[in-house]
Amino acid sequence: MAAEGGIDPIHQFVIAPMFHIGPLPVTNSAVFMIAVLAAATFIMIVGTSSRALVPGRLQSLGEVAYEFVASTVRGSAGQDGMRFFPLVFSLFMFVLLSNLIGIIPYTFTVTSHIIVTFALAALVILTVILYGFYRNGLHFLHLFVPSGVSPVLLPLLVLIEVISFISRPISLSVRLFANMLAGHITLKVFGGFVTMLLASGTWAMILAPLPFAMTVALTALELLVAFLQAYVFAILTCVYLNDAIHPGH
Amino acid sequence: MATTPETTTEVGHNGGHSTVFPPFDPATFGPQLLWLAIIFGLLYLLMSRIGLPRVEAILEARRAAHEGDLNEAARLRQETEAAIASFEKALADAHAHAEDIGKQTRDRLNAEIIKKRAAFDAELTANLDAEEHTIAENKAKAMSNVAEIASEATMAIVRQLSGIAPGAGEAAAVVGRVLKN
Repeated sequence: MAAEGGIDPIHQFVIAPMFHIGPLPVTNSAVFMIAVLAAATFIMIVGTSSRALVPGRLQSLGEVAYEFVASTVRGSAGQDGMRFFPLVFSLFMFVLLSNLIGIIPYTFTVTSHIIVTFALAALVILTVILYGFYRNGLHFLHLFVPSGVSPVLLPLLVLIEVISFISRPISLSVRLFANMLAGHITLKVFGGFVTMLLASGTWAMILAPLPFAMTVALTALELLVAFLQAYVFAILTCVYLNDAIHPGH
Repeated sequence: MATTPETTTEVGHNGGHSTVFPPFDPATFGPQLLWLAIIFGLLYLLMSRIGLPRVEAILEARRAAHEGDLNEAARLRQETEAAIASFEKALADAHAHAEDIGKQTRDRLNAEIIKKRAAFDAELTANLDAEEHTIAENKAKAMSNVAEIASEATMAIVRQLSGIAPGAGEAAAVVGRVLKN
């Protein structure tokens, strides 16, 4: 899907149907979502199918993922938070695998679209709100009322708390989206420099290794960002769920 | 790019340039949300129903196996320690016994030595006494012989010097008188 003429760093985010199943268009985004699902299934279900006491590589990977997310949930939301462990784990794996698969050249990054990250963030916040009211009733609203504050300041602080709560799904989704978008644009720009320098056919060609080295370094950075953003998404989900489990702290 | 009439997700995509920034293209929101719902729903189901319970069971089984192994190890170590203790006790007993036997033997031998030495001493003293007695007897005998020899010698000397032969009694009396001085 190379763009005609120069290198367009935005083109990699275009969504287009690759084929159709009946009336349903299967877009590149859908294909890579399916790839994410397949990878997660491969690690967590195929890899663990032998149930070995001494794990192989794939099973170790699944166990590490399980224990990593489980300790995150326990650490941030307590033992009560473990009821949301499958949700947090699915979110973590979805985001992590989307980010990682997206680093491979010529792939599509599912999490580079704000609608996807916002849908995931909205799922988290809706879970927080619904479970918060289900578990605590109206006591859940104490989340917005800090304790030990003078009545004069209280309306202002409640307003701040409400705004902060509303901004959570936005910050949660925009953080991930912007990181992925910016990282991939930067990669594409530096990669584009390499081809432009080589295509120039002049002495400038000898400079081509410089942006290439930058692309390599950025790819390493993007690997870190891919993991870090998945972790941030998971741990913030836990922190927000902790509010639903223990409001009024 | 293969397009079909109902493809609406490529709106404004001409010559590699979108008029709308693709992540903010509302036309793609519907299909993306639909696919996300399907895929994330499936992911959640697969993880929560199969993947996670399975890993949990694996970890639990491993923990149980480890605990069993540790308990077994602790039991074996206790057994070993008991065996070592009983061995050391037996060793100490044997040591004590050996020392006992050694002491007894030493005492018995010491007593025997003392007894034998006493007997030997007594025998030695008796022999010494007997020897001394014999020596004294021999000496006395030798002394009486000396008188006899002296008187004979005296008689012979007097006869040679004076030509007078003294009587044996006379000579013996003179020798006896000289010997007494």
